[in-house]
Formats: sequence, C-alpha cells, structure tokens
Amino acid sequence: MASTANVRNDPPKPKLTRDPKVRALVFQILALLTVVAFFIYIVHNTLLNMEARGISTGFGFLDRSSGFAILQSLIPYNESSSYGRTFIVGLLNTILVSALGIFFATLIGFLVGVLRLSKNWLINKLAMVYIELFRNIPLLLQIVFWYFAVAFNLPSPRQSMALGDAVFLNNRGMYLPAPVFGEGFWMTAVTFLAALVGMVFLVRWARRRFEATGQTFHTVWASLGLVIGVPLIVFLATGAPLHWDLPELAGFNFKGGLTVIPELFALTLALSIYTAAFIAETVRSGIQAVSHGQTEAASALGLSHGRTLRLVVIPQAMRVIIPPLTSQYLNLTKNSSLAVAIGYPDLVAVFAGTTLNQTGQAVEIIAITMAVYLTLSLLISVFMNWYNAKMALRER
Amino acid sequence: MAHNFVPLPDQPPPPASVGTVAWIRANLFSGWVNSVLTVLAVYVLVTALPPLINWMFISADWVGTGREACDSGGACWVFVANRIDIFIYGFYPNDQIWRVDAIFIGLFLLTAPLFFKSFKYKVWLGGFIIFIYPIIGFILMRGGMFGLSGVETAKWGGFTLTLLLAGVGCIAALPLGVVLALGRQAGNMPIVKSMCVLFIEFWRGVPLITVLFMSSVMLPLFLPEGVNFDKLLRALIGITLFQSAYMAEVIRGGLQAIPKGQYEAADALGLGYWRKYGLIILPQALKIVIPGIVNTFIALFKDTTLVIIVGLLELLGMVKASLGDPAWPDVSREGYVFAAFMFWICCFSMSRYSQWLERKLHTGHKR
Repeated sequence: MASTANVRNDPPKPKLTRDPKVRALVFQILALLTVVAFFIYIVHNTLLNMEARGISTGFGFLDRSSGFAILQSLIPYNESSSYGRTFIVGLLNTILVSALGIFFATLIGFLVGVLRLSKNWLINKLAMVYIELFRNIPLLLQIVFWYFAVAFNLPSPRQSMALGDAVFLNNRGMYLPAPVFGEGFWMTAVTFLAALVGMVFLVRWARRRFEATGQTFHTVWASLGLVIGVPLIVFLATGAPLHWDLPELAGFNFKGGLTVIPELFALTLALSIYTAAFIAETVRSGIQAVSHGQTEAASALGLSHGRTLRLVVIPQAMRVIIPPLTSQYLNLTKNSSLAVAIGYPDLVAVFAGTTLNQTGQAVEIIAITMAVYLTLSLLISVFMNWYNAKMALRER
Repeated sequence: MAHNFVPLPDQPPPPASVGTVAWIRANLFSGWVNSVLTVLAVYVLVTALPPLINWMFISADWVGTGREACDSGGACWVFVANRIDIFIYGFYPNDQIWRVDAIFIGLFLLTAPLFFKSFKYKVWLGGFIIFIYPIIGFILMRGGMFGLSGVETAKWGGFTLTLLLAGVGCIAALPLGVVLALGRQAGNMPIVKSMCVLFIEFWRGVPLITVLFMSSVMLPLFLPEGVNFDKLLRALIGITLFQSAYMAEVIRGGLQAIPKGQYEAADALGLGYWRKYGLIILPQALKIVIPGIVNTFIALFKDTTLVIIVGLLELLGMVKASLGDPAWPDVSREGYVFAAFMFWICCFSMSRYSQWLERKLHTGHKR
C-alpha cells in the first residue's frame, strides 16, 4: 500500500474552456475575425459611396495634367505637368524644409543645451527661458506668428534689411548670393570627393597604428589639410572657376541671387526654434546622465579638460542623446506638414490639399501621403536601431 | 597667576569672498569665457528688453472701443479686451454663456479636493471626473433637453473648444491606450500583439494633419449612406485614435517598469488575467505613468490648434479669424501674443505639475 503513495499523479487536465492555450487561440481568432469583418464593412461602404458619387478608383489620375502653378519648385514644373509631378514637387519641398530645419535645430539645440549647463548664472537662466518659452507654445501658433506678424511686417524691398551687399531681408523674402560654377569646377569637386575618401583611410590607418604602437597622430589637422587644403590648391590652380551672383535691387524687387520665399523662411525659422528647445533638453539630460565619477576618473588619469570632454563625456552622452534626437528629427519632419497653414507648397499642401480638392480621389491621395510619412518614420527608426546596436555598451 | 585664555575676535572674511561681489564673481565672471558671455548677454538684454517692455506695457493701450483708441504707438490690447468673449467662448449665444462657466467652475471645484492629501475618496472622485462629468458637461453644452435650449456644435469655439478637444481626446484615448498597451504586451497571443503593434506604429508614424484630413474627407466615405457625423465629432474621432497610440506607448512603459515578481506573485496567488491586471499590475503601472500621461496631454493640448485646418475655430482659429476684421487693421502681433500667452500659461503650469508629480511619485519607489 505504501507504494501507491509515491506514485505521482499527473494533475487533472483542465477543462477545455480553462486551458490558457485554447483560450488564447479562440480569443485571437475572434479578434482577427472582428478586424477583418470591420475592414470588409468599410471597404464595402467606401466602394458603394464612391460609386454613388461617381468617383473612379485607381491611380490613373496621377498622369492627368494638374492645371495649377506651385510657388516654389526644385524641379521644372508648370501648369501642364501631371499630378504625379505635383507629388514629386511637394515631396522635394517637404524634404528641403525638413533638412534645413534639422540642420538649424541641431545647431541651436546643442548650443542652448550646453549653455543650459553653464556655470554662468545669467547664461544658464537665459537658456532656461528660451527652452521654457518656446516648447510651451504650439508650433502652429509660432509658424503663423513668424509668417503673418513678422515676415509680413518686414520692410519693403527698397528699405530691405541688409547684411553687407550680399544678404537682404524684406517682405518678399530673403535674398542670398548664389554660387555660379564656372568651367572646370568639376575638377575641384572631384578632388574634394577623393580627399574625403582619403580621409576615411587616413583615420583608419591612424587608429590601427595607435592601437598597435601607441603613437598618436594628429588626425584632425591632417584631415582638415587633406579635405580643405588639397581641393583649394586645385581650385586656385584651375583659375578659381567660381563667382557669386549677388542679388541686386532692380525696380521694385531684387534680381539675381538665391531667393528664399517668406513661407520657407518663416517655416524654417519656426520649426528650428521650436525643435531646438526640445533638442536642448535632450542634450542637457544626456550630458547630465554621464556620472560625475567619469569626469573625476578622467582628471585622475591626467587628461586635459578638452580631452575629457572629447574622449570621456561626449561619447557617453551621445549614446543617451542620439535615440531621442532621432525621434525629434522625425517629429520635425512630420511637423513640417503644418506648412499648409501658411501656404508653403509641401507634400500635404499641394497633394493632400489642392490635388485632393481638384480630383476628389480622397482614398488614394491620403493613402499615398500617409505612406510617405510612414516610410520616412520607418527609415529613421531603422537607422535608430542600427545606431543603438552599434553604440550599445559591450559588456564583458 | 593664571591667565584666562581670551581669543581675539574673528577677523571678518575678505570682502571679495562673501556677499554680492563674491556671488557675481563666482557666477558671472569666473573666467574670461564667462566674462565675455556675461557681457554679451547683458548687452543683448539691454538692447532687446526695454523696447519690448515699452511696447507691451508702458505705451500700450488698454481701454477703448475701437482701433482709433490705440494711438500711443504701443500694443493695442483694446483689441483683445473687445474680443475676449469670442476668444474664450466662440460663437456660443451670449445669454447661454453661464452654461460654459458652470462647466468650468464645476470642474475646478471637483478637481480641487484631489490636491489635498487627507481627502479619502480620490479614486472615486477621479473616476467621476473622467467618466461621468464629460457626459454631464456635454449635455450642458449641447442642450436640447432638460429645458435647455440647444446650441449646435458649429457655435462652439475659442478656448472652450481647445479645452474640450484636448480633454475629450485624452479621456477617450485612455481606455483605448490601456487595451492597446496590454495587447502589445500579450506575448502568448502573436496575432493580437502584431495587430496592436501595427495600429500603434501606424498612428505614431503619420502627422496629425493627415489624420485630420483623413477624418474629414475619408470618414464620410467609410460610413453607410445617410449616416453623417458633424465636423467636431469627426475631428474628435481622429484625435482620439491618434492620441490612443501615444497613450499606449506611455502605458507600456509603465507596464514594463513593474518588476517581474509582481506578475509572478499574481500568478502564484492563482489570479486570472483580468484580476491579475485589474488588481495588481494596472494600479501600480498607471500610478507610475501619470507624469507621462500629463506630458502627452500637453502635446495634445498644443496640437489642438491644428483643427483650424478642418475648419474648427479653437483659440488660435478665433484669433486668426478676428484678425481678418477690417475694423481692426494691423493687430496681428497683439492677437498672436495673447494666444501664445494663454497656451504658455496652461502648458507651462502643467509641465511644472508633471515634474513635481514625478519627483513626488519617485520617492515611493526609491530603495
């Protein structure tokens, strides 16, 4: 009899309705069916509605001619161009304003973030005022302010604000000198590219030598000499084939040079100032995240202040800063769609706005527009994951 | 004869190491870089501040009835003072404005006890404010029953609409966000999990403007013929879906911050899924994420300005519309500065509150 006490009975099988695996499966099938049924319902309704309104489905409209002009275009475009080309123009304008915004926002953001940590009380507080002021006011409000209240009230072309004889600012926009490339400039460009490639090899060689022998090499100066010096020599040797086309007042407006339309000017300004406030906070928290012991250890090793920053603090801070920084870049790109409020011809304004109104192809156009932004965010998050994997601490 | 040791009185510290001078030296001129920065900053402040203060306050006009009252060259606050009703209440009928005021005052009175530590029924009151009060508020705003005259949503506007859009968007997104976050965490249900991930990443990847465009032009196509939503409801649906994705990510952060032992302890007690999450995990997780929720609320509060694109006039929209009035030329700066001031006050105080909350909640978890 004693032996039966040692026999381990398997626990009783749970009832089918109590088995977690069965329940999960049933629940998932139900959820899937609900979602599929929902989509079928929506598609059914949409097709019926579109038929009732006489809207044809499909992307055929992209080949039709648009019949409207666009304020700013990076590629040749006129009224007879197709809606497909309208899309490209809008996309390029979005990319242009995003790139400009990212550049300036990074510049201002890093500067303000570092100043926020300054030991100088006044500078510190000024940086704080900047951050708290601009990140707590809606971006759209800032955009319309810079456009309607500032850019519109700038002086007329004849009374332009001027920086030397080269840069002019008035209510028609901003005028910059435009580079005109002469014959033979391609040689300078090619040399520059070759120097860049050479720099990559130089840096690699210097690092290998440093790891093998411990001898340091002035990589920064050598690279600068290579990338700036050599192309400069070629540039001068080929007779300096570059001159600047300066904007000039002719009649009631400026002629020549590079024109930045007020819409682009206001949008870039608002996007950079707004995003810079967020970037500054990111930079500040990133630098503060590096523990004080690291700085002390660097001093104990006898590293100078500059080398402490360059070799110890910045590499560790960047690891904290980069992920939120990329999502700020993504936010800026998405926020550039607010262009529609002041009439800057970005993707949303010319495609989801004008083109949609003219053709009525709501489903296709909204789908394409959303797909563009989704692709952009996907690309940026792929980059972020790659960078995170590359920078992750290699723990032993 | 014994000498008593009498120490000499303390010398005062050198004047350069205490007081204002020392503070200025340490904080403003502690090196040549800092000195240059200070001088630069002072120069900028001295050139920029006096004209600004002069424009805003000293030579500004405060009282009057029309544009001609503004002749002293400063800001024309008369414009704002004359339009303040429209900026706050939109086109809500003048004799019914007490209803909007009643909602605001009621909300204020109901929220006040939440800030007192000794108040015991915080959870019940909070639940009431989040789930019941919006319904009461809606009935009061919309009218058409209980003897109140009906006010159609097209007349709602101004700052009232800003608060309404942000408040309703956030409250409606909260339950949806909890469900999405739980779905994203459900490791044993891959289909549900991937659907939640797709949903969240989709809404997070597109700008709010395209969502509003979509809700205004595509929603009517999705519904069967004859069913028609009004403009405000369409915008609210778009905002809620958009916000729920952000809410889900915040709540997921809270779920991940709960130690694994809590999940295992709940399992060991034999609690089922709903009781495990309802009694153990969610109360702790939601408490941690309150600051995060406040932060997404601030973002939404600022984003409500975008509804101007689909033709709803919240605070900024009202200001912008009023600027087109030919009786008030050239007051755009005053209008925008006023709107900016309203938004800034709200967002800044909320962000300070969330930072304070974060510090307060943090101490409970520090070991």
